[in-house]
Amino acid sequence: MDIPADYRFLQSHEWHQLQGDTVTIGITHIAADELTDVTYVSLPKVGAKVQANQHFGEIESVKATSDLYSGVSGTVTAVNAELTKTPGLVNTDPYKAGWMIKIKVDDPAQFRQLLSAADYEKKTGH
Amino acid sequence: MLKHTPFYDFHVNAGARLVDYTGWEMPLLYRGIVEEHEQTRNSGSIFDVSHMGRLHFTGKDAAAFLNRVVTRNLADQKVGQSRYSLVCNESGGTMDDVIVSRDEKHWLMVCNASNRQKLVDYFNQTIQTGGLDVTMADQTESTAMVALQGPKVIDKVSAVLPVDIKALKRYHFESTSVMLIKLTVFRSGYTGEDGVEVILPAKVASMAMKMMAGATDRPDASLKPAGLGARDTLRLEAGMPLYGHELGETIDPLSAGLGWAVDLSKDFVGAEALRAIAKNGPKRKLVGLELEGRRIARQDTPILNGKNEAIGVATSGTFGPTVQKSIAMALVDSAYTNEGTMLQADLKGTLIPAKVVKLPFYKRK
Repeated sequence: MDIPADYRFLQSHEWHQLQGDTVTIGITHIAADELTDVTYVSLPKVGAKVQANQHFGEIESVKATSDLYSGVSGTVTAVNAELTKTPGLVNTDPYKAGWMIKIKVDDPAQFRQLLSAADYEKKTGH
Repeated sequence: MLKHTPFYDFHVNAGARLVDYTGWEMPLLYRGIVEEHEQTRNSGSIFDVSHMGRLHFTGKDAAAFLNRVVTRNLADQKVGQSRYSLVCNESGGTMDDVIVSRDEKHWLMVCNASNRQKLVDYFNQTIQTGGLDVTMADQTESTAMVALQGPKVIDKVSAVLPVDIKALKRYHFESTSVMLIKLTVFRSGYTGEDGVEVILPAKVASMAMKMMAGATDRPDASLKPAGLGARDTLRLEAGMPLYGHELGETIDPLSAGLGWAVDLSKDFVGAEALRAIAKNGPKRKLVGLELEGRRIARQDTPILNGKNEAIGVATSGTFGPTVQKSIAMALVDSAYTNEGTMLQADLKGTLIPAKVVKLPFYKRK
């Protein structure tokens, strides 16, 4: 489907985009569809430390609650405040306006170890 | 192998996301849970509820038998009337919540899909052990059932069915024939909206659906299909119990706030245990909770009393699309059930203020 080719992924459906030493994280449209209408996103504060493969937040929909995972370690430099008011952006525009956090990464090599778009599609069967 | 209702092809063609719901492949949603929820509140929706059990009873002992296994008194129930009731075990726990309807020559019980086999086995055993003249026919798979719910449903359906639906009172039903198809139309539902539920033969189900609902795929259609996701958020706003959440084998109907559907003056399975519970009052009761903010207290979320003591658990929770609040139902210690009592929902260590409020959360105007 519309999975951006240059993004990297976790099997738990988070996408990662690398720009310089900063990784932006959100969830894929597959995950957003699976959750159904998102009602709440709990995110860390700017300055918080995030560990690779540890959860950094939670996402809730009318149907389910799910943890959010990061594929990289680093320090949060920005969080998407729009999601507080309009959590539905995760459903309508998961790869752009629905972004969640930006992390200044400790080791950019971690990014390249994540799943490629093709591998993610294969793993999730989409 | 999942079972399919007669509307399975309709669901697939309408682009539904299908899920396994107690052994049936059912639509979770077609367009989106919130959109379908709002469509139901503002105009109308059509729900496939064919997975629900439909048990048909005849025989001279049928009325006495049913009156022995359900909590409501059926003795004065008239032909054309339906009654919500519980089936209890000997300890007063709830085996199922059902709707019992009295027709001219038979009784009909609509039960939850998840409890159908359990009830069939239990009823067969009771009938055999008692040597009763009761014939039970499980018509679930030879019939279909749809719920049409929403403010525009009554006008819409009145125009196509030869039944005076506007004159049909809530929890009453009428059987009719359209082009040789036998339909039974009930004025009932599980959404908090006005509407009907219709039982029809499985073979003609999809044709009859087109006739009743019209073109449901047009953007401006007054009735559109809605799935189990919206059905759950709608019933939750309407404060209606869902078996496996607010009701279960260890949850009695008095604790669940369903005392109005229990007649303790008659003899029935579970009556003795329920009388004992009624005497001292239930130790815990079902309440409505409104949480601060947008986080949701889902089933089994601990409910605390403000002194870090767990005094209950949430049974269902969601963010109510119409009420625009985080709402939950919870079974809590009876000391904490007064409206306005401030409790807390323990979301993995984060304590969210939760106020006890009157049910339902939503009532139609």
